[in-house]
Amino acid sequence: MSAPALAIAEPDHISLLKVDHLTMRFGGLLAIDDVSFVARQREITGIIGPNGAGKTTLFNCITGFYKPTVGRLSLYRDGQVGYLLEQMDGHVIGKKARVARTFQNIRLFAGMSVLENLMVAQHNKLMRASGMTVLGLFGLPVYRRAEREAKDKAVHWLERVHLIDYADMSAGNLPYGAQRRLEIARAMCTDPVLLCLDEPAAGLNPRESAELNALLKSIRDEFGIGILLIEHDMSVVMGISDHIVVLDYGRKISDGSPAEVQRDPAVIRAYLGEEEKE
Amino acid sequence: MATTQSGAAAAPTPMMVALKEAAMTAFLVFMLSFLMIGFETQATQGQPLSYTTRFAAIVWGIILVPLGRILMVYDRFGRPMPALIGGGLAFLYLFGGAVIALAFDILVIPFNDYFGAAAGAAGIPMPFADPIIDAIFGLGALYIVIQGILTIRRRAHGELTLEAREAKEALSSQRAKQVSMVLGPALLGIALVLPFTPWGDRVMVETMTLILTYVMLGWGLNIVVGLAGLLDLGYVAFYAVGAYSYAKLAVDLDLSFWACLPLAGLFAAFFGVVLGFPVLRLRGDYLAIVTLGFGEMIRITLINWQEFTGGPNGISSIPRITFFGVPFDRSPEEGTESFHTLFGLEFDSMQRILFLYYVILVLALITNFFTMRLRRLPIGRAWEALREDETACRALGINPTNTKLTAFAIGAMFAGFAGSFFSVRQGFVSPESFVFLESAIILAIVVLGGMGSQVGVALAAILLIGLPEVMRELSLYRMLAFGAVMVLIMLWRPRGLLAHREPTILLHRGRPKARTQKSEATA
Repeated sequence: MSAPALAIAEPDHISLLKVDHLTMRFGGLLAIDDVSFVARQREITGIIGPNGAGKTTLFNCITGFYKPTVGRLSLYRDGQVGYLLEQMDGHVIGKKARVARTFQNIRLFAGMSVLENLMVAQHNKLMRASGMTVLGLFGLPVYRRAEREAKDKAVHWLERVHLIDYADMSAGNLPYGAQRRLEIARAMCTDPVLLCLDEPAAGLNPRESAELNALLKSIRDEFGIGILLIEHDMSVVMGISDHIVVLDYGRKISDGSPAEVQRDPAVIRAYLGEEEKE
Repeated sequence: MATTQSGAAAAPTPMMVALKEAAMTAFLVFMLSFLMIGFETQATQGQPLSYTTRFAAIVWGIILVPLGRILMVYDRFGRPMPALIGGGLAFLYLFGGAVIALAFDILVIPFNDYFGAAAGAAGIPMPFADPIIDAIFGLGALYIVIQGILTIRRRAHGELTLEAREAKEALSSQRAKQVSMVLGPALLGIALVLPFTPWGDRVMVETMTLILTYVMLGWGLNIVVGLAGLLDLGYVAFYAVGAYSYAKLAVDLDLSFWACLPLAGLFAAFFGVVLGFPVLRLRGDYLAIVTLGFGEMIRITLINWQEFTGGPNGISSIPRITFFGVPFDRSPEEGTESFHTLFGLEFDSMQRILFLYYVILVLALITNFFTMRLRRLPIGRAWEALREDETACRALGINPTNTKLTAFAIGAMFAGFAGSFFSVRQGFVSPESFVFLESAIILAIVVLGGMGSQVGVALAAILLIGLPEVMRELSLYRMLAFGAVMVLIMLWRPRGLLAHREPTILLHRGRPKARTQKSEATA
């Protein structure tokens, strides 16, 4: 399995994110070593691997929290390379390239209400409508309408993740599973084209995991966006991923459909260890 | 070595612990008080510096404080009765005796001619010569009694579970909300009518003007610290920029106060951005240190830039405030009107003071209105989100740089307004008015009030600025008592007087109905 060449003449029309020879080095530690893969629209791409394989580092590179040492991250828009994520700041990636993410250790605005969390997610749209605060200060109808629309969207997502009854509660007081769902709803309120989920099923019970699967599938099918999914829970990953990338010690060791990956001896070796030789 | 080990294994008895801690306490009391209390220096005119000793007070301290410690140790071991009885008796004797002695001082001594000089001492033997010290020791005893009562209550109700504590917190926040809703309009009403009540004399109005200046500063800083969560220890720098802006513009360019006010706000906001840029990447403690440095830089620049700022002498004879162009002069120049001739009133210097009072009241209310409005706008929500989690903000496409800069700029702008008011009221500015202590007081107002709570800030400003004025009676012990009150308030309400946060947008009007479903979701 050779890595694809850097310059591809004709990009795949359904490609969404192309990761090319991505390398991330922290001093002497090679966290990601020459990883390349493609995530497509309308697909859930699972990223799995043992602890310390570099999955979260990969996310941090894609969402601009780290600047990759080497490599190119191209985000396609209408079949063309729209943005080169490795050259953009974190908040610009959220705002312009519309890549949204959730965090492994939940990062909600704990002191703010559930509804406010979803309103903050629509900050850029509302900021424009409020004329950089000036129009909003005088309560002009333009802003009031935009705020109502934002609230409707928040309500829509609250209903989808079954949090509508908690809307006015502090986000920090929600039970754990509800916080995970809220974080996904918050990411979706930014109208992303690529949604990066970092272990969304961690700490969920089996029923909640099943609900999460249904939610992610419905997001994929309804909005046609791409989802990148880091997950340890194999029932989630194997159940909903269309395509799986396996990392180990920063290197990509396998790439393919769930069935292919499960059969791949390299993957089995990484997870279960080498067979003892006599 | 072996004995201590076996002692530890056999769990120390309360008496052993109590004696050990009492001995340590006695040593501590001795070390702390020997020089500071033991010798009192006296400087009399024409005489060399002499001192008197007060060893009796030290001996009493070494006896009383360890006794209190013993009571507290027994209380800690689950035996609150000694604390209740011993502490109670000590409180009654010390505090009661002090009150009687003070009452004698105030009520009887003026009539010494009638009762004879002996009555002044009240005749009760007290450990300390000064009744105030007796009273402070009495309050210490009261603290021990309260500890005992708490122990008994804990025993009756059992330890609070996590959920019970959460519910208690929610209740306290709910109560803070109710208090705010009543107290806010009440304070506003009092502020509006006070000058026309019998209490509204000159001293009262001047004090209220001072308090309102700090209320305004507190509300301004609340944007930076309370909403955006940026710990700013140099806020007084913007206050100084505002004050000097008015002073320079009015003295050199002859501009009126009403023209200078917006300019002063703009200059201060500009300085807010200038400070904001270098500190954008810093958080928490580091940010606090840099802002502290910035505050000192501005003050030292004001001291050393002689030709522009007048150096340590400051700028004096700054033009007084005018009633939108009409001066408050006793005898206006020929052909011009003055405030009292315009309205056909008698001249009274109170007119200017009252006008200043209402100007700062309106400025403070504008600050409050503006802040409340901003909170409900995207920028306000972004500030609060930034306070909660900057990383998550960045992931949502919020530009942390711009958001922080606007918080700094708008907070600084209000300090600039307040500063130009300060300089028009005083008629004189000098770097001495803008020392670090001012920043600390404004920050204390915000923290004591409850971060983000507007009514809380107003209440805290009244306490922090008003209390020292009221406690002038205590003279020497004023700052001691002031500190003690602050410590007690923070123990009583660790999150501030009126800590409460109202969501900026509600889905369900009225009561949130989520409580019942929480248990289902946790299960």
